[in-house]
Amino acid sequence: MGAFYRKELKSYFNNMTGFVFLAFILLMTGIFFTAINLNQLYPKFEIVISNVSFIFLLVVPILTMRSVAEEKHLKTDQLLYSLPVPVTKIVIAKYLAMVSVFLISVGVMLMYPVVLSFFGDVSFLSAYSALAGFAFLGCALISIGMFMSSLTESQLISSVISFGVLLIMYLMTSLASIVPNTAIASFACFTLLIAAIAAVLYFMTKDAAISIAGFAVAEFVMLMVYLFNKSLFEGAFASFLKYFSVFDRLENFIYGIFDLTAIVYYLSIIFIFVFMTVQSVEKKRWS
Amino acid sequence: MIEVKNLTKKYGDNTAVKNLSFTVEKGRIYGFLGPNGAGKSTTMNIITGCLAATEGQVLINGHDIFEDPKEAKKCIGYLPELPPVYPDMTPYEYLMFVAEAKGVSRDLLYNEVMRVMEATQIVDVADRLIKNLSKGFKQRVGIAQAMLGMPEIIILDEPTVGLDPKQIIEIRELIKSLGKDHTVILSSHILSEVSAVCDYVMIIAHGTLVASSEIEDLGQYLVGSTSTKLLAKGDSERIANSLASLPGVTVKSVSKDEREADDVYEYILEADKNADVRESIFNKMVDIGCTILNMDTKTMGLEEVFLKLTDEEAEVYKAQREAEKAEKANRKKKNKEIAEDKKAKEDKDDGSEYTSLFTVSDSSSDNDDSANNESEEDEQ
Repeated sequence: MGAFYRKELKSYFNNMTGFVFLAFILLMTGIFFTAINLNQLYPKFEIVISNVSFIFLLVVPILTMRSVAEEKHLKTDQLLYSLPVPVTKIVIAKYLAMVSVFLISVGVMLMYPVVLSFFGDVSFLSAYSALAGFAFLGCALISIGMFMSSLTESQLISSVISFGVLLIMYLMTSLASIVPNTAIASFACFTLLIAAIAAVLYFMTKDAAISIAGFAVAEFVMLMVYLFNKSLFEGAFASFLKYFSVFDRLENFIYGIFDLTAIVYYLSIIFIFVFMTVQSVEKKRWS
Repeated sequence: MIEVKNLTKKYGDNTAVKNLSFTVEKGRIYGFLGPNGAGKSTTMNIITGCLAATEGQVLINGHDIFEDPKEAKKCIGYLPELPPVYPDMTPYEYLMFVAEAKGVSRDLLYNEVMRVMEATQIVDVADRLIKNLSKGFKQRVGIAQAMLGMPEIIILDEPTVGLDPKQIIEIRELIKSLGKDHTVILSSHILSEVSAVCDYVMIIAHGTLVASSEIEDLGQYLVGSTSTKLLAKGDSERIANSLASLPGVTVKSVSKDEREADDVYEYILEADKNADVRESIFNKMVDIGCTILNMDTKTMGLEEVFLKLTDEEAEVYKAQREAEKAEKANRKKKNKEIAEDKKAKEDKDDGSEYTSLFTVSDSSSDNDDSANNESEEDEQ
């Protein structure tokens, strides 16, 4: 695994990717730091973090787009498959390499509160807690980007998909607020969602029986729940959507709360998407 | 070493490899020969664990490639069709990375990488970026990668494709030298290459093994092998009859040669490959008083064996496909007819269900027979 990690990490600095990523993220934080903290003499670094979190929409796809797609494109995935190393270890090494590149920028950002402390009193704890939240958010988004990269062999497509998915997650809270809250509307939305999942299942397995049966069972269970306890569905779809509001979990950190539930949430996202990436890479072997 | 048992691989409805079985023994160079799309790469990908088989088993030194991939893969070095190199690395970096990933211990890393670089003669380019190397050098880096960690088996998928003649010769020499320490399997669609490098050849066409033997014994696949062309003057019927009376000789064809005189005909004879029939033909012709103008014996070369084997297979395959297609069409037709029948019957009478069912099943069995007849004709 060490060999893969070192190779990946080096590869980010053998070409422009790593530098562009770091330059962009540091440029944006630098601008906001100058504008908010230095020019206005505002002592809270947390505000900068809250303002720059949107930067992930642009830089995460840059970092993750080549991770798996490039291997497929260069046909080097055949080398990886034929080496006596499990795919899980290779994917984890790739993920850790990307996280390491990202953590370099977080390392630089550790300096900002120190710089501020020369001009007055700074609450280091709340500043660093916000930075920790920022780091966790970044790690979670990188795992999502890596999964998107494993779906295609084109870097361009992978980066566009990652950007789209991250954008929807960024806007998720606003999206959830426009979904009607009545029970019947939630029921309809869930039905559409299940139908979409069944359709994806059909395209992946080409087995109409399984997807139709799956759809029917899920729909039946939902109908039963709906008939027995209608109130369960009130606002259910909106709160379901809020599960995916990855960005909004950062809020507590900004207000100075070291939110353990958010950390568990981010860790679960990382676990799920790394796992799905492994599956997606393994799947090619079974095509 | 390698045991492949009943390997089948399907891509959707398309069968790439069909029930393939063979064994590979230690210390020889095996050639995997077949036209494009015969299933060579698919088979190699399955053996090396890059692809899962639909059915069947691959054992490498007793380790199943699916059940125990780690141990099995340690015995194999693989060069896929395109050398799996990273363009932004130098050969040295790349080989260090692969050696480490293959589990070569740290103190031996440098020596191991130097060993393969010397064997493949890439020491001079070790510090240039791989993307700036020529195709031949990339191929060498790929082979060097396969040699790392001294695997017992080295599998090379079309190692000489896209190289210039000089590079081809060099790579062939390299493969031959690999054969001293490793078991080598290489695939190719070029027969001369396999016959120049390999000890043993397996010919594959449409996913099935059509021939497998020592390179020298490939002649055993020459069926009714030597053919003799005879140009003789005289009554064609009489000559043909007396030639046919010779033991072990069959007259394949008699044709008029337009450029020659009226009574000169060309005879194509076929004889058992071990028997030399030229003398008895000559004596026979002397006996019946006809003149031989020209006699020419031809043995089939490797190229022809290969073409013949793969062509035969192609014809069988084509016939099978057509039969399948015809059957499908018939079935469709039958179903349609049944449906129409049913509809007609239902429209006609609302009588008892029993009778209507009865007639439908009756007509369907009729259709069945006709469908069978048709498909049998197709197969013929």
